[in-house]
Amino acid sequence: MKRADLITALVLIGLGGVVLFDAIRLGFGWGSDGPQSGFFPFWLGVILVTSCAVIGLQALRQTTTAPFVTREQLAPVAKVLWPAAVMVLLTQFIGLYVASALYLGFYMRWVGRHPWRAVVGLAVAVPVVIFIIFEQWFLLSLPKGPLETWLGY
Amino acid sequence: MGLENLFLGFQHALAHENLFFAVVGITLGTIIGVLPGLGGANGVAILLPLTLRMPPTSAIILLTSIYWGALFGGAITSILFNIPGEPWSVATTFDGYPMARQGKGGQALTGAFTSSFVGAFFSIVLITFFAPLLADVALHFGPPEIFAIQFLTFSAFVGLGGGNPVKTLISIMIGFILATVGLDIVTGQLRMTFGFTDLMQGFDFIIAVIGLFGIGEILLSVEEGLSFKGVTTGMNLRVVLDTWKILPRYWRTFLRSCFIGFWMGFKPGGATPASFMSYSFAKRFSKHPERFGKGELEGVIAPETAAHAAGVAAILPMITLGIPGSPTAAVMLGGLMMWGLQPGPLLFKEKPDFVWGLIASMYTGNIIGVLMVLAFVPVFAAILKIPFAILTPLIVTVCAIGAYSVHNGMIDIWYMMIFGVVGYVFKKLDYPLAPLVLALVLGDHAENALRQSLIMSQGSLGIFMTRPIAAVITIVALFFFAMPVLGPAWRRVRGVPAGAPAPRET
Repeated sequence: MKRADLITALVLIGLGGVVLFDAIRLGFGWGSDGPQSGFFPFWLGVILVTSCAVIGLQALRQTTTAPFVTREQLAPVAKVLWPAAVMVLLTQFIGLYVASALYLGFYMRWVGRHPWRAVVGLAVAVPVVIFIIFEQWFLLSLPKGPLETWLGY
Repeated sequence: MGLENLFLGFQHALAHENLFFAVVGITLGTIIGVLPGLGGANGVAILLPLTLRMPPTSAIILLTSIYWGALFGGAITSILFNIPGEPWSVATTFDGYPMARQGKGGQALTGAFTSSFVGAFFSIVLITFFAPLLADVALHFGPPEIFAIQFLTFSAFVGLGGGNPVKTLISIMIGFILATVGLDIVTGQLRMTFGFTDLMQGFDFIIAVIGLFGIGEILLSVEEGLSFKGVTTGMNLRVVLDTWKILPRYWRTFLRSCFIGFWMGFKPGGATPASFMSYSFAKRFSKHPERFGKGELEGVIAPETAAHAAGVAAILPMITLGIPGSPTAAVMLGGLMMWGLQPGPLLFKEKPDFVWGLIASMYTGNIIGVLMVLAFVPVFAAILKIPFAILTPLIVTVCAIGAYSVHNGMIDIWYMMIFGVVGYVFKKLDYPLAPLVLALVLGDHAENALRQSLIMSQGSLGIFMTRPIAAVITIVALFFFAMPVLGPAWRRVRGVPAGAPAPRET
């Protein structure tokens, strides 16, 4: 917990530094017709950095040894996170419909150990339902790939 | 002013298509409230881009109905599964789940839904009468008053939010900083983009909400290990009617909880503390405090009434001042801006049909809502029987679609994932997320109000102290900011030990 608090504070101080850097570039004083562009971000950055320094000091004085996350907790989180990230990456190339079908099917089989019949059935049905709701009803164009081009969309 | 406007509103709210949107919204909202990882704020955010082509009155009715549904849905999971779907439902689990385990689930659910309805109705009536008055006052507000009110909003998070006030402050700053990214409309300069064209459009609050509340919540709930050990609902007409017979006995609890809920609710971050406060008051004034926590009906009534009264009260500052009282109200406020409406007091003058349609729809929405949940509890509870391995990818996919549809941009889905991880880490480290979202939504407004105030005063901060209304608000805000420092000192002087930190809105 202590280390996580410290690291977060340091990362946020870094963010504050970036904000301050840009605010100073823009100018944070009084322009010809009012406060300059960097005025508001500058003070936000100052407060952020100061507050994070306080959190950092508080964290240093912490005596708890409770870990931020245990290995047993992290495993299921990673199990959700990386397939989702792969799904997003795939969406870029093969479109959202195929990516979500693969994602759903993979997850059902890998985590849920559902029978293949259910896996294939749902992996086909869900994108079709999504297509009907979003593309047909709400006229929303979702990312498409080669399959949709082949089908003529 | 007043009643004839309300009648005008009812003409909108009772139009066929708007009743249809209310039913759809409540159904979706209840499902969203039942599902882990999809709260009211997140559900409204995902659907917001879909409402852009709808008339604003229908759109707001759909979104507020989702909000009512989510409030109802939270009670179902709390009572039947001991899982608070929303933070303000935590107090409902204390007595609701024991009741369900004793086979009195139907009684607990009826009690919860009825109390929700009573609490909501109380707040709606108050809003009907207070909103026009407040809007009239707010019409005279200039930039200094507007900034002072925003200042007050955020000071309330720091002073009354509980938890570590410094972390609350950091969350607020991050939200404001994210809001500044992109084009500065006053000077036309690009800020915080560092030459990346992707950053030029800035960070949309919808993406942040879907990531922080949606993906972050899923990560958190899988970590805790999801298991739905549910009990049967035990709902039927007989149980409902029998429960309604005994409910009037608790009129004192109802009344007290309504007032607590409304009072806490129109300030930001109110619903969760209101539910806890109401629960502890009910326990203190009860003749049988020892029964609390073991399945006492009053222990369900008190937090549910207060949570709903607060949830509805959060709409009051949103429509009158342009300040949202809860994260969900913040998302709706962002929606108003996307539909081209300027939230704030002028709305009452310029778009009376919208405002009064919204207020009237709060009556119809809650009546439809309570009847629907009473009738269809088993259906909604069955949603949680869907295996986890199907539910998780479905929720992630829906979130991704919601994020994408904001600007039709792939980058937004990536932002959503990043916000998801940030939300998970922040939740674990007790950084509150609600102030971050509010700051992101209000960022441009707050900055403009501050700039205009400073231009009026030639750069002196004194303007917030020399104008009477602004001064009063600023002083209250400064007092809230000082609370975390003053509170412990005051207790030390009085020799009272510091109390347990209050629970926090997510």
